[in-house]
Amino acid sequence: MKTKNAFVDKKMLTRAIRDSFVKLNPKTQLDNPVMFLVYVSAILTTGLWIFSLFGLKDAPSSYTLAIAIILWFTCLFANFAEAIAEGRGKAQADSLRAAKKDVEAYRIASIDRKDQITTVSSSILKKGDLVLVKAGQQIPGDGEVIEGAASVDESAITGESAPVIREAGGDRSAVTGGTMVLSDWIVVQITSEAGQSFLDKMIAMVEGAARKKTPNEIALQIFLIALSIIFILVTMSLYTYSIFSAKQAGIDNPTSVTTLVALLVCLAPTTIGALLSAIGIAGMSRLNQANVLAMSGRAIEAAGDVDILMLDKTGTITLGNRQATAFIPVDGVSEQELADAAQLSSLADETPEGRSVVILAKEKFNIRERNLTDQKMNFIPFTAKTRMSGVDYAGNEIRKGAAQAIREYIENAGGVYSEQCDQIVQEIARVGGTPLVVAKNHQVLGVIHLKDIIKQGVQEKFADLRKMGIKTIMITGDNPMTAAAIAAEAGVDDFLAEATPEGKLSMIRDFQAKGHLVAMTGDGTNDAPALAQADVAVAMNTGTQAAKEAGNMVDLDSSPTKLIDIVRIGKQLLMTRGSLTTFSIANDVAKYFAIIPALFTGLYPGLAAMNIMGLHSPQSAVLSAIIYNALIIVALIPLALKGVKYREVPAGKLLSSNLFVYGLGGFIAPFIFVKLIDMLLVAFGLA
Amino acid sequence: MFATVMQYVLYLAFLIVLAIPLGAYIKKVMNGEKTFLSKILTPCETAVYKVMGVDSEEQMNWKKYAISVLIFSGIGFVFLFVLQLLQGVLPGNPQHLKGVNWDLALNTAISFITNTNWQAYAGESTLSYLTQAVGLTVQNFLSAATGIAVLFALIRGFIKVKADGLGSFWVDVTRIIIHILLPLNVVVSLLLVGGGVIQNFDGANSVALVEPIAVSQDGEILEDADINVSSNTVKVDGQVIEDAKIVTEQFVPMGPAASQVAIKMTGTNGGGFMGVNSAHPLENPSAFTNLIEMTSILLIPAALCFTFGSALKNKKQGVAIFTAMFICLVVAIACIGVSEQAGTQQLAQNGAVNISLVDQAGGNMEGKEARFGIASSSTWAAYTTAASNGSVNAMHDSFTPLGGMVTMLLMQVGEVIFGGVGCGLYGMLAFAILTVFIAGLMVGRTPEFLGKKIEPYEMKWAVLVCLTTPIVILVGSGIAAMIPEVSESLTNHGAHGFSELLYAFSSCGGNNGSAFAGFNSNTVFLNVSLGLAMLIARFVPIVGTLAIAGNLAKKKKIATTAGTLSTTNGMFIFLLIVVVLIVGALSFFPALALGPLAEFFSNLM
Repeated sequence: MKTKNAFVDKKMLTRAIRDSFVKLNPKTQLDNPVMFLVYVSAILTTGLWIFSLFGLKDAPSSYTLAIAIILWFTCLFANFAEAIAEGRGKAQADSLRAAKKDVEAYRIASIDRKDQITTVSSSILKKGDLVLVKAGQQIPGDGEVIEGAASVDESAITGESAPVIREAGGDRSAVTGGTMVLSDWIVVQITSEAGQSFLDKMIAMVEGAARKKTPNEIALQIFLIALSIIFILVTMSLYTYSIFSAKQAGIDNPTSVTTLVALLVCLAPTTIGALLSAIGIAGMSRLNQANVLAMSGRAIEAAGDVDILMLDKTGTITLGNRQATAFIPVDGVSEQELADAAQLSSLADETPEGRSVVILAKEKFNIRERNLTDQKMNFIPFTAKTRMSGVDYAGNEIRKGAAQAIREYIENAGGVYSEQCDQIVQEIARVGGTPLVVAKNHQVLGVIHLKDIIKQGVQEKFADLRKMGIKTIMITGDNPMTAAAIAAEAGVDDFLAEATPEGKLSMIRDFQAKGHLVAMTGDGTNDAPALAQADVAVAMNTGTQAAKEAGNMVDLDSSPTKLIDIVRIGKQLLMTRGSLTTFSIANDVAKYFAIIPALFTGLYPGLAAMNIMGLHSPQSAVLSAIIYNALIIVALIPLALKGVKYREVPAGKLLSSNLFVYGLGGFIAPFIFVKLIDMLLVAFGLA
Repeated sequence: MFATVMQYVLYLAFLIVLAIPLGAYIKKVMNGEKTFLSKILTPCETAVYKVMGVDSEEQMNWKKYAISVLIFSGIGFVFLFVLQLLQGVLPGNPQHLKGVNWDLALNTAISFITNTNWQAYAGESTLSYLTQAVGLTVQNFLSAATGIAVLFALIRGFIKVKADGLGSFWVDVTRIIIHILLPLNVVVSLLLVGGGVIQNFDGANSVALVEPIAVSQDGEILEDADINVSSNTVKVDGQVIEDAKIVTEQFVPMGPAASQVAIKMTGTNGGGFMGVNSAHPLENPSAFTNLIEMTSILLIPAALCFTFGSALKNKKQGVAIFTAMFICLVVAIACIGVSEQAGTQQLAQNGAVNISLVDQAGGNMEGKEARFGIASSSTWAAYTTAASNGSVNAMHDSFTPLGGMVTMLLMQVGEVIFGGVGCGLYGMLAFAILTVFIAGLMVGRTPEFLGKKIEPYEMKWAVLVCLTTPIVILVGSGIAAMIPEVSESLTNHGAHGFSELLYAFSSCGGNNGSAFAGFNSNTVFLNVSLGLAMLIARFVPIVGTLAIAGNLAKKKKIATTAGTLSTTNGMFIFLLIVVVLIVGALSFFPALALGPLAEFFSNLM
């Protein structure tokens, strides 16, 4: 899904221009009340122009025509902004659709009857159906691998070309329809009906079709509609005031309906109105570009509000893998004996830690890999519950795991836990290392010292987050002492040690009860409850189907640091809306100063003193203001798409700098540009 | 110059010094806590509950609270309306006044239940004593109490977490009247009586004039007349004026003025005991009474800011809102004061008239009382239009164009610069919600105010609360400008005539009640349209405020972090002022350009 970084390409531009006209459909226009007002105004002035051709007029025909044309362009510019924002998503959707073609699926009745294959179209697959997917075949729908293991090419959705392993059981069992099996075979149980698959959702999301207005957007729209209503009343009452004042002065009414319509459009918050949906779509699109798929726009906004980040230690704070650096034997056990047991118990351990133990054993004592099948070894895999792994062979039982887990394991078996080991464990933990205790036949042999390496630059990142009021919580399976040491080194605000899924869930609930909004990432099925509870829950794409369904975003890269990017994008989205609203409203001051004095100088010559821009004539003033009003939309499209500049500073600082740029800027800019346009109009003899 | 400035400073300092302790006292009353007056007053309160059958522990949800407000005001309206229609056959009518016309009765009834006290009737010659006493005066208390009660409900909305109840309207109204309005008015009345404001039950007096005057048949005073009282002849320039009348006695109204003036000021009502309100020497005889009356206008509205802060256990918040209002007030006073002091070049007549400050008030003294001068008149004008009081001690119609414009603008922003008792602050809090919404978006967070998230529901009602006044004024004045009979109500024409029209609708749309003198508003169209304006401007914001309160009470409180936008610092105060001004300015710039601004610039030419 990674697209080219080019801001817009030619194809997108052509499509956007075409769409700008398609969007003139009144039904589409009604979705955006502020722009609908401009739309109606454009129709009205066009009507006035047609009437004026038959002599029914209160302003010169050419002037009315000019206003009508500019108003139509204003509508088109707004449509264009939306179309160009959608363009990127549409391009992505096109490539996704290519992946989503109907394929033949080998449906089977049960795992035991893999030979009885019914060939059906992927579009008629139902939830619960079992399909066999062989090398070279496309996976026909979202599902869970229930048998087999295979390498899968998921580049169609992630953009990542390196194949990934998908296998039954564990946390890597989820497969996505539209991806390709490269080697081996798997049996997949379908988990979604046709049309509701992940790919379908993804297409709808990136295209913006499923985009619902978020609460913030609705609240802003209420505000903009209210302003528009006020301005409708302002212009309508101005018409009667003008008649009243002109009658009192005994002159003709100086205002025409055309001018008042122009004034209305100038005053209405058209800048933000025109760009509002583009900002929302662009925010979503930026998230897509970060290879994160949000299941709703609401989730992105919530990301902006998050003030607690629960970050997994591994991969986010520390460089993914802890490395075994020393074997420390206890109670008279030799180092080699310990290394031997450690190596044995780690042979089947595919985790980086496990591998580093094997490597260390090889380096130190030249202990080679053994033939696993020979010795009838029974490997005990690590689970979150036991927090131990190990091996049973030839009557021996070797276990390695966290000190707490091994102690329970030994004491449950009636053994005595080594005192010396306890000291070493504490010593290692104190310096921030991870002690891994190895026991053989319920007796401690010694401790493996695993070292964590803190990622570069994380401290600065967390300090910045803290300045913004975001607390970082490190989640780790380590014991409290180890966790504390790493937490202190990395500069996180708090940590959850010896984390269990239940522990995470209750921590989230506690924070939420105190009024915080919590974001977390997760991948395992046991993360699902916590993911469902968190306000922003990012599921790893490599994770299980349950995790993906519980989360409200999916990170296609499965990168633990993504959470920080997501918060940034969420904040930027809201900031862009707020800043452009401020800009839009601040613009009105100058527009008043352009139009009102120009209109009424005939009635009250003294008002000429308020024509501080020195605009040429009433007509040139109105035209300049309304041309500015249309052009500013185009000028701000890049900003709407890219989002306003985001910095990690406290709220107060952010506010004052944005106010300075968009408030003061919005106040001053139109004075300059309206004057310039007026000078140009006069120079070209257009007014 | 220095002395003049010090006068303004003194007025403002006096206000702050009194408002702070009163704010703390009101907070106790709101929560039903013990005060130094509880011993005497709480038994009265309990008695009222017993008689009226009020459950003092009731917790109303916002709908029930709102319905109670509407029923309460509705009963007041019907009573007042019928009372006026029937006053001709009711006792307490020694002057034998007829029943009031339906349109005027309607307008007056609305005017008093909405705390506006717009007086379309001609003072003493329209309403009987009974109507004044049991109708208007009672409503002066009740409408003021209603406004404060609604504010209490809103404050509770901010405080409560995941709750439904906002307190009981009946309890709030009873407590406000018994614990706040009655004691305060006793004190203010006594001070006013001490200062020489009349307080008696005598009939009107007649006193002999020091020097008789002569008037022509149509009531015009004959200047430089040579009057011979014994022969009953009047000569002007040696010519005998046949139908001239000699006046030797003056009609002096009497009555319980001080007590009514007290609630007129403290309840931001503003309906004067005398026709010319507090410009009358018996209603406001001296600089001392002027200070008491003027300060009373803003006393409760200012105190409520501190009540708000202390009830929230966030005193800074109260101070921040107060500061925003105070800055606006000071700027308004400065604008009016400077404009009035400078006068206009037309007044100075190229130096032929001395309008300087030396040994005199100087400036534009037209329509102002000599005993008050520029500073007291300007301060009063700002106070009375900042609060939705509407009483006057000088005629705003005669202010300079810019001075008059500021009074109009203060009303047009929705009476939130202190504003009416209770309603000013809840209006301002609605503006605060708009402010945090914009500001919150700009820092990339869902806006929140005092720990409560601001979502579409709050925005919808906050926008309505803030924009009702501008909408009512624009629609009302826009229609009125098209009605030919309205032009005939104007005493001036051109830009100033338009200002009179705009002022009338601004005053009713802001529930203020003051008028640009000379505008005859007692016509069917104006009575009904201004009546509607007052009604909408009062009750739409009340319902909106209660809806917000109800919804906020249901929400949980969000934790404060460094990412939370401070709503107590200078930046927030600045933004709040800007939002209030922008809404006011954007809504009324064209109207003001055709009225006071046109007049101002024409004067310069």
